[in-house]
Amino acid sequence: MSDPLLWHRLQFAFTIVFHYLFPQLTMGLALLIVLMKALGLRTGDRRWDDAARFWIRIFGINFAVGVVTGIPMEFQFGTNWANFSRYAGGVIGHTLAMEGLFAFFLESSFLGLLVFGERRLGRRGHFLAALALFAGSWLSGYLIICTNAFMQHPVGHVIGADGTLQLADFWAFLLNPWALAQYAHNMMASVVTASFVVAAVGAYYALQGLHPDHAPRFLRMGVAAGLVSSVLVAFPTGDQQAKLVARHQPVALAAMEGHFESETGAGIVMIGQPNVRERRLDNPVVIPGFLSFLAFGTFHSNVKGLNEFPEDVWPDNVELLYYSFHIMAGLGTLFIVTTGVATLLEMRGRLARARPMLWLLMLAFPFPYIATTTGWMTAELGRQPWLVYGLMRTANGASPRVHSGTALFTLIGFTGLYLVLGVLFLFLVGRELAHGPGPPETHPPPTLPDVTEQAPRG
Amino acid sequence: MAEVWFAIAAVMLAAYVVLDGFDFGAGALHLFVAKSDRERRQVLAAIGPFWDGNEVWLLATGGALFVAFPRVLASGLSGFYFAIFLVLWTLILRGISIEFRSHVDHPLWRVAWDTVFASASTLLPVLFGAALGNLVRGLPLDSAGWFSLPLFTDLTAKTPVGILDWYTIFAGLFALTALGGHGATFLLWKSDGPVHERSRRAAGRLYGAVVVLWPLLTVATWLVNAPMLAALPGRPLAWLSLLLAVGGLIAVGLGLRGDRPLAAFLGSCAFLAGMLAATAACVFPVMLRAIGDDSASLTAYNASVPVASLATAIRWWAIGFPLAVAYFVILFRLHRGKVIAPHGREGY
Repeated sequence: MSDPLLWHRLQFAFTIVFHYLFPQLTMGLALLIVLMKALGLRTGDRRWDDAARFWIRIFGINFAVGVVTGIPMEFQFGTNWANFSRYAGGVIGHTLAMEGLFAFFLESSFLGLLVFGERRLGRRGHFLAALALFAGSWLSGYLIICTNAFMQHPVGHVIGADGTLQLADFWAFLLNPWALAQYAHNMMASVVTASFVVAAVGAYYALQGLHPDHAPRFLRMGVAAGLVSSVLVAFPTGDQQAKLVARHQPVALAAMEGHFESETGAGIVMIGQPNVRERRLDNPVVIPGFLSFLAFGTFHSNVKGLNEFPEDVWPDNVELLYYSFHIMAGLGTLFIVTTGVATLLEMRGRLARARPMLWLLMLAFPFPYIATTTGWMTAELGRQPWLVYGLMRTANGASPRVHSGTALFTLIGFTGLYLVLGVLFLFLVGRELAHGPGPPETHPPPTLPDVTEQAPRG
Repeated sequence: MAEVWFAIAAVMLAAYVVLDGFDFGAGALHLFVAKSDRERRQVLAAIGPFWDGNEVWLLATGGALFVAFPRVLASGLSGFYFAIFLVLWTLILRGISIEFRSHVDHPLWRVAWDTVFASASTLLPVLFGAALGNLVRGLPLDSAGWFSLPLFTDLTAKTPVGILDWYTIFAGLFALTALGGHGATFLLWKSDGPVHERSRRAAGRLYGAVVVLWPLLTVATWLVNAPMLAALPGRPLAWLSLLLAVGGLIAVGLGLRGDRPLAAFLGSCAFLAGMLAATAACVFPVMLRAIGDDSASLTAYNASVPVASLATAIRWWAIGFPLAVAYFVILFRLHRGKVIAPHGREGY
């Protein structure tokens, strides 16, 4: 209780996990909304505009919660991780500041126009607003992942005279190979989330026989985009990411796999419980040779086990890391199977009547959120015990003058506030789902004369 | 180069205060200038398209500090720990109150969120004003450049200091008065009907109070930080900024009397920007002032990253800043003219 480090870590973990529930949907959904608006423009079918309008309202609620929960993330670098900010600010300050300047201004300026500006902008202008939100949110994603990638795999820096990190090569830092792989992987995952949500809403309406114009559209788009993104998230992007971990964070890979002893032709663990005290994996089910293949491209290469590394560079929670990784990978596989089967049904024209499949799609939408969260837990727990890999330990990054009670207090405050936010969010999204997609509102003229209507305008 | 980044940070902060200031002010007056649901939606629709972008200036200012003066950012945010979270939580509640209020057509729901919005918009200017007051009064920085402040001590503005004392509370109330007046001139410009009339009265009263309080604040500042005001005569930029602030005040007065709302609003912008610029020009190069021991202060020189890094950052900043300005020009142009209160499910 007296060491503030745990509270700092828990607070950052809790606030970032909660925050990222919203951008992972909005980034993926921005792409699908652009698609809907584009289809509307191309085919002239107004129902695509109605579909887009419905999803834009869901997007707006998500975006609002994403914005307000995102602001504390920026500030917590300084409030809770002051030593880290002082140490690495000369490098990561660039991407964090660029995110504000290049992405947040773009998003915030066009959000209101996307949500409320359809009439004002016309069809083409509204499509451009959707495009601006898509560009802004995907750019924001890159810049923040670039920041994280520097912590995972620092490049482009030098250690300055005062011992802090300074930027030496801007482009090496900005085009960090780790950032490129992680970005591709992460953005595909966010399309998976959005696709599953769109398909789930389609299934929810189809099962009730509601909105016959829209339910099949949502199902078709959700399932097709879901299959493409689920495949891409595993291969090549996830595969690429795994190879980078194998090369640059071998100890993290060993912990992810519960791989305690070095082995040539190492097998991949499907199920099993890591037993850190006895340094072995209990009750494993293993596919032989596959870990070597995934990590290095051949079945015979040697994969280092945790035994080759001193314990003080082991990730500090091997069990949680192991389970996070396996939950992510397992769910990712199930996503491919689910959307694959659903796509086959759709191609035979049977999806809309395949009730078991519709039930499955309706209830499956939380799982991409779980997969994304456990994926990020894999990345961040695998980075431990380092804050900046190989350069600064997490234990040295916290604010020196913040007491444990203060940090615990704000953690509890966030828990309460975010609980309220979550309830409000579900309530409002529930209302939108009940309202459903439809043509734009036509307003009855106000029943009472209103003085403000007649006031001179200018 | 450190001077340039000090100026950039000051400009971004001034942009933040001027822009988010008008929606804070409108929020603080929300319950007073808008009585019916229709009028309240008029106020929300006036700031709705802008508030989120305005708030990004806060993040962008933080970003400028992070990239150029990470020691200042680290020290300042961790030292004001509790106050920062108070600000962040209030910003969260305020943001969702604007976005969620008109989603549900129920009088209790709407009044509840109106109240949250108005309370948060009242508290935030006080907190931001008090924060600036802390920077002027000085902080108990240790030799490594860290500090930690309790929320309040004995309110005397003498060691041991707290975040709140008579000076910083005064600065907070001054900020609330000035931003309230600022928000009133914005609503005057963007609204018509009863909201317009009530905003005119509010702007007149609040700016009247500003004219009275400003000299008092100057005296108070002399009491807690005489060297800062003593530096004033030797700094032409501070003089020019003060002139801008005074000119702004006059423009507000003339604009209110002559029924030229835009002139009043622009005058109000000039007043706020001039005040902040004059303060920045007076304290330069000090960013976090150490109480008692000037050598422990964090300055633009001892807290900046190496010149090469500052030079890299200025390149992308020179691309990003005009883009941000361009978005705001587009936004203000698209939403030009008086605001129309939204109906039904569409609009704020």
